[in-house]
Amino acid sequence: MSDLAPRTRTAFPPPLLIGAALAVVGLVLLVFGATTPQLVTPAKAAVALLGLGLLLAGASRLGKVWAGPGFDVVFWFGAAWLLLLGLAILCAPWLPLAEDRDVASTVAEPVFATPTFTGGHPLGTNAFGLDLLARSLYGARSSLLISLSAVALGTVVGGAIGMVAGYFQKSVDRVVGIATNSLLAVPPLILLIALATVLQPHLRNVAFSLALLTIPGMVRLARATTMAYANREFVVAARAMGAGRTRILLRELLPNVLLPVLSLAVVMISVLVVAEASLSFLGLGIQPPEPTWGNMIAEGEGRVFEEHPHIVLVPGAFLFLTVFAFNVVGEKARGRWDSRSVKL
Amino acid sequence: MTPKREAATTAPAPTDGTRGTAAPPLLDATDVRTAFHTPRGAVRAVDGVSLTLSEGETLGIVGESGSGKSVLGRTLMGLITDGPGTTVSGTVRIGGKDVHALTPAGRRALWGTEVAMVFQDPMTSLNPVKKTGTHLSESLRLHLGLGRADARDRAVDLLRQVGIPEPARRAGQYPHELSGGMRQRVVIAMALACGPRLLIADEPTTALDVTVQKQILDLLRSLAEELRMATILISHDLATVAGRTDRVAVMYAGRLVEYADTAAVFDRPRHPYSSALIASIPRLDLPPHTLLPAIEGRPPNLLHPPAGCRFAPRCDTATDRCTTESPGLTAYAGERDAGGLVACHHPLGAAEEAAV
Repeated sequence: MSDLAPRTRTAFPPPLLIGAALAVVGLVLLVFGATTPQLVTPAKAAVALLGLGLLLAGASRLGKVWAGPGFDVVFWFGAAWLLLLGLAILCAPWLPLAEDRDVASTVAEPVFATPTFTGGHPLGTNAFGLDLLARSLYGARSSLLISLSAVALGTVVGGAIGMVAGYFQKSVDRVVGIATNSLLAVPPLILLIALATVLQPHLRNVAFSLALLTIPGMVRLARATTMAYANREFVVAARAMGAGRTRILLRELLPNVLLPVLSLAVVMISVLVVAEASLSFLGLGIQPPEPTWGNMIAEGEGRVFEEHPHIVLVPGAFLFLTVFAFNVVGEKARGRWDSRSVKL
Repeated sequence: MTPKREAATTAPAPTDGTRGTAAPPLLDATDVRTAFHTPRGAVRAVDGVSLTLSEGETLGIVGESGSGKSVLGRTLMGLITDGPGTTVSGTVRIGGKDVHALTPAGRRALWGTEVAMVFQDPMTSLNPVKKTGTHLSESLRLHLGLGRADARDRAVDLLRQVGIPEPARRAGQYPHELSGGMRQRVVIAMALACGPRLLIADEPTTALDVTVQKQILDLLRSLAEELRMATILISHDLATVAGRTDRVAVMYAGRLVEYADTAAVFDRPRHPYSSALIASIPRLDLPPHTLLPAIEGRPPNLLHPPAGCRFAPRCDTATDRCTTESPGLTAYAGERDAGGLVACHHPLGAAEEAAV
């Protein structure tokens, strides 16, 4: 009987304490590494990375004590980053940020100031004395706005086309198949450059070009999923109850197709953030002084990056963290929804 | 169920199972043929079947796998229609309307309200992302024009009617949260939702546990009686049909071989195929390890069906005539009540009857 009782392991020291200690040490190291001007850059980075690792390990332990063994610290960090970034973007006009685009007003500001994480320019300034934190946040506005609207457009259009092709099949499917394959046959960057030469590089047009890239993938996924479900008996059952084609597409098939398509959409956001950055880096996206992560990274061209690495590293870090976070959250969402549909 | 239906069903009232009254039958199918065109030729899945069914009557369609039972059920309903890849001929009238002559919209109006179908596999005939209540309320709102709240109340009533405990809670659950038997009850409730006058149950218990099978069949029977609904029970299992139908149609290779009152078929089958089918039912009074009498051979390939009687190659009593001349479905003379039909040149006589 005593064998069946759960063994209570009296660990010393308790995991709560270890977790808290690790997290605190990590946080201290991270702040120390980031803010101490006496250290050389590689040492700073090493200390900060060590601190970040310890912080993650500590938070993971704390989370497991608090929320059970299923706690995924990376997912929560990703979600927290997206939330924080989202809030910062929304509130950017009211935050005490330094100038981000008006070169005339920054004549007195220091140029190429290195990040100190304190003071008026926590992430430093660029060649014109414009504040990198402010530019990163305003840059995130256009980067995310473009990628989100492009994904939304691509998902709706691609998903609808894919569902119609998958449901009606025959000649509709053949036409859609040819169109999708020819779109896929053009290298994406070439297509973007071609579009950029024709279209004015403002927000709406860039979003439109990027949406065009997401459509083939969405069409394929929606088409395949629709085909898989259209042969299930519940579609025949709905038909036998007097449901028309539109009703079957919208009420029976759409809810089933939505889950995988939305999961792909979340992952696609991160792809488009990178694509938009590449376009802006090539000078084909949003034009300076309007900041985006891509054209901020482009400011590091020439010898600037070697002398002032933070010009590239700051927007690069924003880009990296955001893409990483979208991927982690998207993967989690897909895993959750997929397992549910598998169970059925 | 609805007042309108009560009025409609009480008028003719052929209660004792006799046919041939003045009122037109609810279902009247004449010479139905369904052929699927495949790269290897036309597969004639249903080849000249005629059936009638009156209000409140129960018909069992039995036959082995591939005999065309399900295709017949779907053709009767109009789910399979004439089109590219499929040829349907003959007429099917449900409540006086020619199903195959209607427009698609006209057929859709018929489905659910006049005729409904219970499908074989409750695992796949419910949409995994829709709640059970939604399955029911959607067609209620579509056909009966009920409001959202009314439809929900009606859905809960329907779930209660098919014997689901805690119907209000079950209505809010997804199909995967229900057991197989429960799901089939939901499928039945769906079919009943708009008060059809004809219910076609296509192997409703094949995917279920034996104990649950009986519950579902009893439920179907009691609902059919309660709602005065005509029922077609399609099955490969003679036992499911035996005690629960008024008449039985035995199908073989796309044709009806015997079509008579259930008691008559089980008592004294006239067609050698029916007789062999009944003989192959395991019996409790036989000693253990007795070999079951099986029918030798396999069903014919419907791409190239044999000339003459399709059962002839497997039949003990077949003669030369059987392999050349196809027997029609005709009434047999004798002491039996009128209405029994058999398609055989040498229907089993008194000697065989005594043996079975």
